[in-house]
Parts: sequence; C-alpha cells; structure tokens
Amino acid sequence: MSLQVSDLRVYYRTLAGDVKALDGVTFSIADKEIMGLAGESGCGKSTLGNSLIRLDGRMKYVGGSVNLDGAEVPIWDDNDMVPFRFREVSVVPQYAMSAMNPTRKIGKMVSELTESRGLRFREIKEELDRRIDLVGLDRDVLKRYPIELSGGMKQRMVMVISTLLDPSLLIADEITSALDVSTQRAVAETLVSFRDHGFVKSMMVITHDISILYQIADSILIMYAGKLAEKAPTGTIIDKPRHPYTQMLVSSLPEVGVRYVNKKLAGIPGSPPSLLDPPTGCRFRARCPFAFSKCLEEPPFVEVDTDHSVACWKVSGPDA
Amino acid sequence: MLSLNKVSKTYKIGTFGGQDLIAVRDVSFDISPGEVVSLIGESGSGKTTVGKMVLKLISISSGSITLDGADVASIRGSAVKPYYRQVQGVFQDPFSSYNPIFKADRVFEMIRSEYFAGMARSEWSDKIDAVLRAVTLDPGQVLNKYPHQLSGGQLQRLLVARALLLDIKVLVADEIISMLDASTRIDVLNLLADLKSRGLGILFITHDLSLGNYISEKTVILRRGEVVEMGATEKVFGRPTHPYTRLLLSSVPQLHKKWATIEAELAAPIGGGKGCLFHDAYPLAGRNPQPGSDEPTLVKIEDDHYVGCFDLDSEKVARVA
Repeated sequence: MSLQVSDLRVYYRTLAGDVKALDGVTFSIADKEIMGLAGESGCGKSTLGNSLIRLDGRMKYVGGSVNLDGAEVPIWDDNDMVPFRFREVSVVPQYAMSAMNPTRKIGKMVSELTESRGLRFREIKEELDRRIDLVGLDRDVLKRYPIELSGGMKQRMVMVISTLLDPSLLIADEITSALDVSTQRAVAETLVSFRDHGFVKSMMVITHDISILYQIADSILIMYAGKLAEKAPTGTIIDKPRHPYTQMLVSSLPEVGVRYVNKKLAGIPGSPPSLLDPPTGCRFRARCPFAFSKCLEEPPFVEVDTDHSVACWKVSGPDA
Repeated sequence: MLSLNKVSKTYKIGTFGGQDLIAVRDVSFDISPGEVVSLIGESGSGKTTVGKMVLKLISISSGSITLDGADVASIRGSAVKPYYRQVQGVFQDPFSSYNPIFKADRVFEMIRSEYFAGMARSEWSDKIDAVLRAVTLDPGQVLNKYPHQLSGGQLQRLLVARALLLDIKVLVADEIISMLDASTRIDVLNLLADLKSRGLGILFITHDLSLGNYISEKTVILRRGEVVEMGATEKVFGRPTHPYTRLLLSSVPQLHKKWATIEAELAAPIGGGKGCLFHDAYPLAGRNPQPGSDEPTLVKIEDDHYVGCFDLDSEKVARVA
C-alpha cells in the first residue's frame, strides 16, 4: 500500500461555524495505482487533495491519519510537511496554467526551485531534458517565459516540474478541465506515461469529468457531501455501480452516440446538503429514490465485493 | 429563419492595426424554427464570435446575417429593441451574469421596464410564473433570492426564463452548461431540447461534442474560424469525414469505450479524392495553414452533410485519425 488515509477529517473555519468538507474519509491507493476522485462541486474532493499536501489558513485538521509508504505524514504541521512536499507528495494544481512565475524564464525558475531544495540544477538538467522530450515539448522551452507557451504546453511543463524528484504520490487536481479535447487527451495520457515510467508511484486524479477517469484511472472513488460514497475498479463503477448516487451520476452523462430524441437522460433532482450543518444519517437521503427508514442512520463504508466498497444501507444493510 | 451567409470577422491587430486576424471566415448556415444547431469548436475557433455577431454584440466584417430575410447588421437605433425581442443570449458563467448586490429576479424586472412597461402587475406575475414553469423552476424557490442563494443550474434556468419572457425566436446558448455539475447539467440540456417544441431555434455553442450530439439536429464544426464539416448531426457523428472531426471524435473521452478502441474504429479508410493543403498542415506537420493558401470549399458528400476538405486519401486519413 502506497497511501493509506484513515478517518481523515478536515473542516473549514468560517464565521458561521465549521464547514465539514471532509468528514471521516478512509481509503488507500496501491503502488502503481491511478485513483480517480470524482464528485459534484463542493463535495470535498479538492479539499482531500489539498489536505494531503498543504492545509491553508482556513482549513482545520480535526482528526485521522495519513500514511505514505509506511511513514506517517504530518499533515497537521505545516513545517513538518516541508520534507514531504515535492519529494514524497507532489501536486499539479488546478491553476497549473498560471502556476509558473511569469517574470522568470522557465529554466531559471526550475533552477531556483531545485536549488531551494538543496539540489544542483546542473545535476538534474539531463533528466529534466529527457522528461521534456518525453512529454513532447521542445528543450528550448526552458529558455522561454511561461506566457510564450499554450495552455496545454504549460500544463505539461508543470507536470514535468512537479514530478522531477520522483514523488511517491502525485495529486492532479482538475488538470484537464480548462483544456480542449485534443489537448486534454494528450495531458491525460502523459499522466499515465508518468506512472508507467515510474516517475510517480501512485496517483490521485481529481476531476468532475468521469469519462476522463474511465480512460486513465485504475479505480474510481466517488465522494458525496464530504463523505465517501463508493470505491471500485473503474469498469465496475461505470458498468455496475451499486450506490444510488453513482448510478444516477453515471447515467446522467451524455455520451457521443446518445441523442435526446432516442434516449432522454435524467439528472439528479435536488442539490447537495449544506456542509455547515450536514444532516445525520446518509447524506444522499434527500435526493435518493430508494431512501428508507434505515437511512436515518449513517451507512458505513464497507467492502461489498473484492475492492468494491459502498456506503449505502440498500447495498450493505441486512435486507440488501 | 436565422441565416448566416459567408459571415466573416476580422480583427485589426499589431501597431496601427497593420495586421489582420481572421477570427471567423465565410461561415454559412441556417437555423429553422424548432431546430437546435450546435456550433462545436475548440478554444479560438471563433464559435463565440459567431454567437456575438448574431447577438449584435460585435460588428460583422463581411457577409450577412438575416433574420426572416431582414439584414441584421443594418438594424440601428430604435429598431434594435424589436430585434432583441426576437433574439436573446445566455452565456457561460451564471454566477457573473448576475449583479450580486441585487436579487436574482431583478433580471425580470429589467425586462418589464424595458419591454412591458404598461403591463399590469398581476398579469406580469402570471407571465413570470408561466415562464418559470416552462424552465421547470418552482417560483417560490427562486423568486426573491440573491444569486448566491441559488445553484448554478437554477441561475442558468432563470436566464433562459428571462429570454423566454420576450417570445424569442432564436436563443444563442454559449457554453451554458460547461460550468454546471454533471447532475444538473443534463436538466438544463433537456430544457433546451424541450424548448424546441415551442418553435424556438437554438444556436448551441459548445466545445463538448457529446453535448452537441445529444441535443442538436444540425452540427457545425469550426476550426480556426472556418467550417470544416457540417450537416445533420447523425451524419456528422455517424460518418465523420474531415480529419479534424475524426481527430476530435477520437479525443473525446467516452464511457464504455477506451481511446484506443475509438481510434481503431475511426482509422477505417473512407474513400478517394486528393489535394488539400489544409489537411497537410494539420496536425502532423504542426504548422498553421498559411493565410491566403488554397482553402478547401465545403463539398457536399451526401444529403445534408458538407465537408470542407476534399483530400479523403485513405492512407493520410488513417494516419491522422
């Protein structure tokens, strides 16, 4: 097991009270696994990704533990996290397109970055060039300013920089959302090639676009309102989901080939609950067509099949 | 009803406007009542520019847009208002379309003061109730609320409702669901499809091929301001012929079908013909097509299916797709 997260709770401090964005999350990612993390906006998926790398001022660590390659990751302590960041856990942020310093040439920026970590730029240069070739960029890119690159090129450059020290875990947060379809595909396939080349051991790909995950992820974790709903291998999530939320979510996705005149897709009525004061019991209850009395209790996230875990009484309960 | 005839848009760029940037080149298509036309293209393809020209937000450089035979570009002064009664737009970001200081239903009030100043209060609220029902919103839930109290899907539907107040004939929907969550976007999409039955013509601008395919009768694929392929949706998607269309289709992430499988299917040869500079330029050579070089014209390859590429050499297509 490369990454193990157990019962992680991270809240946002607001004037109105704590927003329970991450409320008891337990899962693991195996070596060489690309895990996709999907859900609606505000379900806590980005919070989960961010909390593994850096808690910002508004975020409050409440409980739980994170274990990476057998070592405890002190996510609650900003300073203790320093040795982990970039070397062990790295991120390609949502804003990757504007992540590079606009006043520096890219090569200069990378050299400042590596030297700040006590590494000689000259020693890494060869490996850097090799990886730039691998993602299909020109080596001269190092002599350019970020503004001279297109969105997809910047995205790939940031991916190269983020993985330069071969981190154990890479978190890719919505990195394909702002890209055109053809660039999207190139970036997504680059992620897979990074794993195949062993630049990163395991990967967490956060996106709201499940069809991208279907293309590249080995397993998919679905979150709903700060909790886990379902985790299973990719094929199972798409073809045989068990949680009602996953079922409705997957069936609401329009695909090439599906047309309104032939098959009318349906959305999920209602909206997710406020995380300021979330309801007790199953949080999907209000929108769930199968809800029954048992749903007033909180459903445990249990394994119902090999590698397939679901938090739903209909699936795991006594009368399932 | 609405028809575009060789519409182009050129921007002057550089010092003293010395250079021309062609944003849209010779785009022609029609929208009939009760028809959804999707305009699909990547960033910078000029799809939004076409929408803005239809909405008279920017001028047309050459060509013409006509609504029921009347030239849109020459509408000026007091004639503009009646035009907006017939043509309205909804844009990408529902959160910035509203003024956060005012309640969301102020958009209705503004329509009332502009277009229905004389209408009685009760008649007006009946009208609002009717349009809100048409967009499947509960009036009690959305009226008298501030924008931050409503979801993106609700805000977007309110904007559609606002457009419907005016008995419009054409709705320009520019990426209206790309900011919405998967669970709500399909409802807005179904709403657009339902509006067709009211005789509304919709110009659905999107970068997402699967959405365009889902609701539209007609598909226009733009690349760098030019139409590369257009026609009936089932033909464009069923028999994609232009290499660019095939490239796009092979890149769309699908459920149930991996990229490699799609590639193998699309790589099947598709017939003869030769000679197209545009084709060579994309994407293997990695160059932009030279301005002024021979542009392929739209060729009719079957009923209701036009392709702006006559190099259908099977070997090349196989390499590209």
